[in-house]
Amino acid sequence: MRAILTMLGIIIGVASVITMLAIGQGTKESILGNIEQMGSNMITIRPGADMRGPVRQSSADMQSLKYEDYEAILKECEYVSEATPMVNTSAQVIYANNNTPTSIYGVNVSYLNIRKLEIEKGEMFTESDIKTSAKVCVIGKTVMDNLFPNGENPIGQNIRINKIPFKIVGTLVAKGDNSMGMDQDDLILAPFSAVQKRMLSITYLNSIIVSAVNEDMSDAAIEEITEVLRTKHKIKPTDEDDFSIHSQQEIMEMMSSTTGMLTLLLASIASISLLVGGIGIMNIMFVSVTERTKEIGLRMSIGAKGKDILWQFLIEAILISVAGGLIGVLLGVSLAYLIENFAHISVSIQLYTIILSFSICTIIGVFFGWYPAKKASNLDPIEALRYE
Amino acid sequence: MDKQGNNIIRIENLKREFIVGGEVVHALRGINFNIQSGEFVTIMGTSGSGKSTLLNLIGCLDTPTSGEYYLDGYSVRKMNKNERAEMRNKKIGFVFQSYNLLPKTTCIENVELPLMYNGEVSAKQRKQKAIEALEAVGLQSRLMHKSNQLSGGQQQRVAIARALVNDPVIILADEATGNLDTRTSYEILTLFQTLHQKGRTIVFVTHNPELATFSSRNIVLRDGKVIQDEKNTHIVSAADVLASLPKEENE
Repeated sequence: MRAILTMLGIIIGVASVITMLAIGQGTKESILGNIEQMGSNMITIRPGADMRGPVRQSSADMQSLKYEDYEAILKECEYVSEATPMVNTSAQVIYANNNTPTSIYGVNVSYLNIRKLEIEKGEMFTESDIKTSAKVCVIGKTVMDNLFPNGENPIGQNIRINKIPFKIVGTLVAKGDNSMGMDQDDLILAPFSAVQKRMLSITYLNSIIVSAVNEDMSDAAIEEITEVLRTKHKIKPTDEDDFSIHSQQEIMEMMSSTTGMLTLLLASIASISLLVGGIGIMNIMFVSVTERTKEIGLRMSIGAKGKDILWQFLIEAILISVAGGLIGVLLGVSLAYLIENFAHISVSIQLYTIILSFSICTIIGVFFGWYPAKKASNLDPIEALRYE
Repeated sequence: MDKQGNNIIRIENLKREFIVGGEVVHALRGINFNIQSGEFVTIMGTSGSGKSTLLNLIGCLDTPTSGEYYLDGYSVRKMNKNERAEMRNKKIGFVFQSYNLLPKTTCIENVELPLMYNGEVSAKQRKQKAIEALEAVGLQSRLMHKSNQLSGGQQQRVAIARALVNDPVIILADEATGNLDTRTSYEILTLFQTLHQKGRTIVFVTHNPELATFSSRNIVLRDGKVIQDEKNTHIVSAADVLASLPKEENE
């Protein structure tokens, strides 16, 4: 009974540590999953802010990224599997008496693969549409719902983007919100040439989006692209890049370090209860040693050495804490699953958390059991035998 | 009459002093005696006579301030804690007034206890020896009983079995009949006499002068000195006394 009460501290500690780590890990995995959905090997190249001259300009206004850069990257970088130039703008889109503000992305056909998008109805615009700067577009689910609230078939319809008519040739499969709550379906894709020339009347690109051959090659691809663009832009070795490159990999690392911090925080709060549990064990071991002074005296008088007594009590302390740890693990795991089922927070229990909490339990048993056990082993057998 | 043998215990000018509250208390003021193999010695004395101190010294629980104590030829004075623990484990069997059995533990496990601290004895041998020791004290029918299910006399028998299990050179009994009623006391004394006849060396510490009649030799302490040390030529058989007692329903 007393041992169970003592174990309770450890049980609660271990259970909360495991639950917290499970929640943290689950959150992390769902965020990473979201990023993965957007294409985890995606790399974005943007023009850099102008460092020359007295007035700094926003990178979006820079005109340093050209279509030729895109061609060079696609041709010369072997770690890049696909690439698309991109020009983007926002505009009010009108169909009949409905209208909606949305983002327009001028891209090429590869964009679908890079962003892992799929066509639901109709089809994607074609290479020849790009060559002819055809006024065709593919719309996202949100745009479709806003412009066609009555469920008409949007394919073949003309919508007006900034007063320019575009024909809808396809719709995208809905992706839902991303981990930051942004609607990933509120967009229109059109041939970049059409957006560049007919809508914006510009000759530069806002960005180039490429896909590395795989996630691990992201860094190699970035190096290659940097090399190619520096040569292309004739940047002296001492000068800084006039463009910036971001990979999804970086964002992923950032996100996972954030959630990692959060998990660590939660787990350290939970581990305080483990510490309290450990102090409970120490307390009960002191009581146990005092209560069993006479037994210790007897054991010593029949030949137990100090270290025999030390081990006896140390093992008892470890047993209490490990048994508590075992129950705590079971409790923590079931608690995590309860949370998953009722609170709909994704959890993920990993073997290492269980092993970790288990070894921490053993360490706590040794650490907090040591002093009482040492005290027991140092008892004078004569005194201990006389103890009532 | 007395069995002649080696000196199991050799005590030479043994002194033990304690410092209590800044003052030196002379518990033992120079004691000399030898105990030979096969003797049954009672050490008697009132409280304060130093008999507990002497018992602790003989039992290797304590070391003397000066003088020499040889147990089975080994000088205990020079031993450290662990060496003395080993001496206790291999050479001595303790029997206490309050039995000191582990509660909620079977007789066998209690008796096995000293052998647990002896790495040379295997688990199988341990059990075998424990059963033999319990048979020697007449408890073969209660091997698996828990210690708290036994009567006082039976508990003391288990304690004696525990003292026998390591085959010690000497059995040290400290007021071993002190907690028992008259009848059970004589039963236990009978057991000690039986063990003595089988050649065991026994030292029985008591304040009860009556018990001296059952032993082969009697040492009396007073104020830390031996005031009397004589052989008992008329050993009374405890079994006879037991038979002369009015019959009771208890076993």
